[in-house]
Amino acid sequence: MAQGLAPISAALAALGRPVLASLAALGRMTIYGAQTLGHILRPPFYAREFASALLNVGWLSLPVVGLTAIFTGGALALQIYAGGQRFSAEAVVPQIVAIGMVRELGPVLVGLMIAARVTSSIAAEIATMKVTEQLDALVTLSTNPMKYLTVPRVLAGFLCVPLLVGIGDIIGIMGGFLVATGQLGFNPASYIKNTVDFLQTADVVSSLIKGAVFGFIATLIGCYYGMNSGRGAQGVGGATKGAVASASILILAANFILTSVLFGS
Amino acid sequence: MITLSGVHKTFGPNAVLRGVDLTIARGTSMVVIGGSGTGKSVLLKSILGLVSPDKGLISLDGQDVRKAEREAFLARFGMLFQGGALFDSLKVWENVAFRLMRGPLARPKDQAREIAIEKLRRVGLKPSVADLVPAELSGGMQKRVGLARAIAAEPEIIFFDEPTTGLDPIMSGVINALIREIVVEMGATAMTITHDMSSVRAIADNVAMLHGGVIQWTGPVADMDAATDPYLQQFIHGRSDGPIESVR
Repeated sequence: MAQGLAPISAALAALGRPVLASLAALGRMTIYGAQTLGHILRPPFYAREFASALLNVGWLSLPVVGLTAIFTGGALALQIYAGGQRFSAEAVVPQIVAIGMVRELGPVLVGLMIAARVTSSIAAEIATMKVTEQLDALVTLSTNPMKYLTVPRVLAGFLCVPLLVGIGDIIGIMGGFLVATGQLGFNPASYIKNTVDFLQTADVVSSLIKGAVFGFIATLIGCYYGMNSGRGAQGVGGATKGAVASASILILAANFILTSVLFGS
Repeated sequence: MITLSGVHKTFGPNAVLRGVDLTIARGTSMVVIGGSGTGKSVLLKSILGLVSPDKGLISLDGQDVRKAEREAFLARFGMLFQGGALFDSLKVWENVAFRLMRGPLARPKDQAREIAIEKLRRVGLKPSVADLVPAELSGGMQKRVGLARAIAAEPEIIFFDEPTTGLDPIMSGVINALIREIVVEMGATAMTITHDMSSVRAIADNVAMLHGGVIQWTGPVADMDAATDPYLQQFIHGRSDGPIESVR
């Protein structure tokens, strides 16, 4: 009997191991996040590192965010128009593009783009610093790596990504506007009026809240994986890959939770 | 004085340090030799608290280093890392003056830059190097910048981790001579880990050989050649036959 259960037990163990490992990793990331928050308000503050992080996370992400948003907004307009035709509801294109971009696609796509561009770069940079003993050098120079590297980047992500989401929302809506007015025959003035009339403050606020949370997650996970990377080039590669995958999944999970909390009722 | 008593450190199944006892007297230059993977870097990092020993005591001037106030403790040290460990995103002078621009030793930027340029001159680099970034420097120049950074705040104790690894013999000689000069000039306590015997002879007052996780032999550098320890003799003469297994 016991021998008969052995394969089932082995299969369950094989299934359980990665689940337990993932939960343990999530726990370590949570502790790392709490430690980062604990350092944010305590000096010393590294203004130059923060300014550099603002530039890297915010300003230099604008092109990728803008291009992603404009193409998504345009495609969304085409899809809604084509789908709406099936039940004579083509006129709702401005409203659906606006709510779709602001509530969901804007924050999620910007979050994922930040995970691809910023999380990967942070993880690779810090992992390389670890491999080349630069993190040890920081410690010997009486500088806490978490304060010097993690705090400025996480703070920049928390503050910049909501702005990027706001800009992405506007560019996405403009993408829909350009397609709707240029290709689908919508009147420009009424398109803008419908968009503005339909959107509510809560939609915009929810978008910015999501942006702040996604920015925090994306930068924190990049730092976490960088600081905990393995040795050599393989370690740096593994840290980068793991950081992007984890940040993307956590952003999508956080999006579901935030949507449930903000709009569930 | 730095004292290590019965220091143990294990990584997974691998016991790297198995009871290291070592004393480094104030103002002397100790060189720790030993084969690759024998735990020399772990020993050095244990003193700095970058690695926590599993067992044993490390003290600095009689005080347990684990109980020392961290910032004040680290302010007494300078360190030259094996690969230089220069910060890629900072200019050369900012690397050298890193400690002088932050924390308790912080001073105005112009003053920090002046000191950095003076230290760069001390290690034989022109002031024009100051505004380059580390990636623009050769390996030898990076080592010199690392050395300038290690001495920038004029520490009491300086650690050198494989200072000549990856350098040609001439540049190795230059770095060895610089280290010796600077240590004597500053009256600093120095600890160097290396397996380069020319470094040992150029830098050391005392030598300790780490093998099998313990100090196999220790004594003044002048006594090294006459010592009868077979491990030491095999190592310093680079012989493949002897008690040290060549395949690990």
